[in-house]
Amino acid sequence: MSEIRNYTLNFGPQHPAAHGVLRLVLELDGEVVERADPHIGLLHRGTEKLTESRTWLQSMPFMDRLDYMAMMCNEHAYCLAIEKLLGIEVPERAQYIRVLFDEITRVLNHLVLIGSHAFDIGAMTMILYTFREREQLFDAYEAVSGARMHPAYYRPGGVYRDLPDSMPKYKPNRFKNESQLKALNAAREGSLLDYLEDFFERFPKCCDDYETLLTENRIWKQRTVGIGVATAERALALGWTGPMLRGSGVAWDLRRKQPYAVYDRLEFDIPVGKNGDCYDRYLCRMEEMRQSTRIIRQCIEWLRKNPGPVITDNLKVAPPRREKIQGDTADMEGLIHHFKLFSEGFNVPEGEVYATIEHPKGELGVYAISDGANKPYRIRLRTAGFVHLAAMDELARGHMIADVVALMGTLDVVFGDVDR
Amino acid sequence: MSAKLERLSQILRIVFDGRLRSLVVNRGEITIEVGAEDYLAVARTLRDHAELRFEQLMDLCGVDYLTYGNGKVECKPGRRFATVLHLLSIEHNWRVRMRVFSADDNFPVLDSVCDLWPSVNWQEREAFDLVGIMYSGHPDLRRILTDYGFVGHPLRKDFPVSGYTEVRYDTELGRVVYQPVTIEPRENAPRVVREAGYGEAGHV
Repeated sequence: MSEIRNYTLNFGPQHPAAHGVLRLVLELDGEVVERADPHIGLLHRGTEKLTESRTWLQSMPFMDRLDYMAMMCNEHAYCLAIEKLLGIEVPERAQYIRVLFDEITRVLNHLVLIGSHAFDIGAMTMILYTFREREQLFDAYEAVSGARMHPAYYRPGGVYRDLPDSMPKYKPNRFKNESQLKALNAAREGSLLDYLEDFFERFPKCCDDYETLLTENRIWKQRTVGIGVATAERALALGWTGPMLRGSGVAWDLRRKQPYAVYDRLEFDIPVGKNGDCYDRYLCRMEEMRQSTRIIRQCIEWLRKNPGPVITDNLKVAPPRREKIQGDTADMEGLIHHFKLFSEGFNVPEGEVYATIEHPKGELGVYAISDGANKPYRIRLRTAGFVHLAAMDELARGHMIADVVALMGTLDVVFGDVDR
Repeated sequence: MSAKLERLSQILRIVFDGRLRSLVVNRGEITIEVGAEDYLAVARTLRDHAELRFEQLMDLCGVDYLTYGNGKVECKPGRRFATVLHLLSIEHNWRVRMRVFSADDNFPVLDSVCDLWPSVNWQEREAFDLVGIMYSGHPDLRRILTDYGFVGHPLRKDFPVSGYTEVRYDTELGRVVYQPVTIEPRENAPRVVREAGYGEAGHV
């Protein structure tokens, strides 16, 4: 009789369903997974080490590159850590802008997640629809910061600049005539807030469309219901946060429980799952997009009515206004501050803080230690993806190999986030 | 200090009478320090005690205190490698930070808390990989983020930012080769610690 052995399969490092670079060593008994051993670190860029040799402000753009599906949320956590260490206040308008863009980011993240999750399982159409909406939100990113993917928009003490009064428009070319352009530019005639209001007017309808495609879809349910089940106790023990934890029925959301920025002044609900499987987590994320829409509408309303400064006036942390540096109105004081800020940077008082936000994927914690210098002594990034992927082995055991793909989708891993 | 922090620090003082090396409340956060010998027992109590109930271990990381203070203070023996834990209680909605130093700087060891919080498995692997703290009792203490066959612990302060080896594809050999780094580490803005009040009006 021939010897029967388990079959070991290498999933990745370059696999379309691996959501980046993951080498997953699967030990199989037939088609059933006996053990899953994720090998991560293929995208490790040493962010934590690099921050130690740069000033506090120079490290800020690194944060965009952590979880490159939810850029501004990472920046928010990092800025919160610095602000907590410095003990400075952020202007109210800046806090509303941050919440507005945090929620846009949450929608961006969930759109990719749901689109690519469905794509992995075989529903090709979803990703085309979700990316259609995602592009329009990237235009909002671009309008405010100049960059679509890595905005570097938040600053310690506020945000880089106020929301723009006009949106960039499409220009005529040999592929698009005037009437086509008019339709394309229809939403872009007003300010950024008008643009966003128009988008989020239409967005609930888009969510309905996604739900028509997936929620009652027989194949989608067969692939997700009862897959990767975690009870509430197990989810807590595994360190899950965010939609992963809420999918298992624990109503824990930092925006509510430990509010930061202005979340305590906004109305929204926390969706919670029941069974803790892939399907419930999908439903939670779907509902979160609708709740984000609610939050965004409230922010837009507030931002329209309340103009004001968007960055702290503490010149030791934030640069002076342009007029103070350049031209006839420049003064020496402004020049010195500007020069000091962008050469030596600001000094952060000695101490340590752990700043957390409710990132679209879960809890993002920035543990910053300062020894009083112009550079961090140590920055530790607690990312949700890393912890969630660690549960892969436990979730995959006993499932079929095809379910591993469904699990990868539901864990919502992004390798910038996992490998840092 | 808010009432909640006050209560938590009181409970911690009562429950861990004598076992706390220090308890600091700063910027709305509580930091406790315990000795490596008490670590496991304290961690278990933190999780199971009805008035503490830290059911989630959010984060565990290693910290190297070798150059803390920018060379003004010398790192004392046994105060170099710390493991820092961030705990969260969903039930009481509070957090605590626990710091534990490993006694031997040449071979830092600490007990593993994997049995208490399964989520810590990878985080201990990461702390081992990047800072070089060994966790005894860990089921599978392999490197996690660095390359296969990597030597050294990158987040230690005596490890250069540019590293020791670099990788390139060799066309003659037809494979990827490892070689000593060819770039020089550079520092654009020097690291400085300024005295309090530096840059304020009237400061000399």
